[in-house]
Amino acid sequence: MRTKTNWVVMLLITLGTILILFPLYMTITIALKTPEDMLSSVFGLPRELHFENFTNAIQMTNFFNALGNSAMVTTATVVLTLLTNSLVAYAIARNMNRKFFKGLYFYFISAMFIPFPIIMLPLVKLTAGLHMTNLVGLTILHTVYALAFNVFVYVGYIKSIPVALEEAARVDGTSTWGTFWRIIFPMMAPMNATVGILICLSTYNDFLLPLIIISDTSSYTLPLVQYIFQGQFNTDFNLAFASYLMAMLPMIIIYLFAQKWIINGITQGAVK
Amino acid sequence: MNKRLTPYYLMTIPAVVLFFVFLTLPALQGVYYSFTNWNGFGDNFDFIGFKNYVNLFKDGNVGHAYWFTFKFAVVVTILINIFSLLIAMGLNAKIKARNFFRGIYFLPNILSVLIVGYIFNYMFSNVFTIWGKNLGIDWLSTNILGSEQHAWIGVVIVAVWQGIAYNTILYLAGLQTISRTLYEASSLDGANRWQEFWKITFPLIAPFFTINMVLAMKNSLMVFDQIIALTNGGPGRATQSISHLIYTGGFEGGEFAYQSANSVIYFILIATISVVQIRFLQRREGDV
Repeated sequence: MRTKTNWVVMLLITLGTILILFPLYMTITIALKTPEDMLSSVFGLPRELHFENFTNAIQMTNFFNALGNSAMVTTATVVLTLLTNSLVAYAIARNMNRKFFKGLYFYFISAMFIPFPIIMLPLVKLTAGLHMTNLVGLTILHTVYALAFNVFVYVGYIKSIPVALEEAARVDGTSTWGTFWRIIFPMMAPMNATVGILICLSTYNDFLLPLIIISDTSSYTLPLVQYIFQGQFNTDFNLAFASYLMAMLPMIIIYLFAQKWIINGITQGAVK
Repeated sequence: MNKRLTPYYLMTIPAVVLFFVFLTLPALQGVYYSFTNWNGFGDNFDFIGFKNYVNLFKDGNVGHAYWFTFKFAVVVTILINIFSLLIAMGLNAKIKARNFFRGIYFLPNILSVLIVGYIFNYMFSNVFTIWGKNLGIDWLSTNILGSEQHAWIGVVIVAVWQGIAYNTILYLAGLQTISRTLYEASSLDGANRWQEFWKITFPLIAPFFTINMVLAMKNSLMVFDQIIALTNGGPGRATQSISHLIYTGGFEGGEFAYQSANSVIYFILIATISVVQIRFLQRREGDV
């Protein structure tokens, strides 16, 4: 059935995208201007492209170090989360009839109601005592805190996978571990994608956890760097915006290529 | 122990231990410290019973942080849900390049909240003010974030700009589950657009409405990054949220125990609100 395009709605939706894109347009143009350009026109396109803002920002914030840290923590968290959270959820989902596992399920998902500031103050003491004020500590904490939500969505998903396959594997002599890695984990691919996308975004963009955990300058992640250098940026907006843009760019690039995938994944996670 | 179950226990034990150590333990420690007068770095402290809790209720700064946070959260939740439902309905209408527009509207969701805050901070001080001056609009020509009375509106604008993205996608997913034939039937019955929305669309996306309300409310009650990037709680303490107060008081103000008590209250409130919201909204879902 083909019907006419609704042009009124089309117009409104187009106008709306201007509100979304305008701050990004400003970010890109300001990052390429000099303070003198800004005096003549704040909104216009840059007359010349001043890429030195980027090179200066890279030097000043030690950008590649922060990018490396963010990339490392994000990758490690995604891998560790996918491997461990799914495993825990599997054990729980297949034993929900047992008190221990059912109790665990509710123990884990009840943490979804615990706002982070509650544990923030004692956590700093704890991680300092355990020498976890580094990227490894950050990765472990991100993985642990993701568990509440992930157990919830994984268990829901595993329940929909028939047990018959696992029983057949067991008859063939495959161990429980083997069954999980060779049969269940691959079958969970759609849910793994959802969980992976969500944890990737939240880890990469997280500010509060690195803020309170990381003390060593060489371990700063990208959002933390923007915060730390804010005082020095204040005098030079062009430098600041170049730095912001570079910090956001990796996710924007990933989004450009995997947009459909990311949106579908996130919808899946919430609808479950 | 049943031997067949052993692997299952092994699968969960490490997670249970880590979860306990890094979540349950700090939460319990927080409760423990809330009954002491520890400043966060000294060696000795005493138990002072419920004194911190009593003082919390007398503390004007705490009261103001709660007032600001709740006002902010309610306004943001309502605005996000209105706008994202409207946008989702627009995206679900007969338009061209739907996926392109969907991609644009979702974009803010993937950006760092802190950095978006910094970008808007600049726009409030250097862009909107220029518009205000050029157009001769008084209220626009001064930086809204510098006004004790109106700074909170600036924070609301940024939170809504970014928060709409996620909720729009969920509403759109909800709208796409509704069969077109229902609308065709209702238009044959002579229903107008308004009736159509309240009698068909809205009831059928009720579960999505529940998730969106709960998520938006919970996220905005925890507002922190935006505050850091936009106002740092100011001017004065005008936009200090609860989590910002816990952070600054607990880490910088030597109020470790006092802010622990504050976070216990905060936790109880958030948990209660989430549970009540879910109960209430789910009952509504059941009614239709």
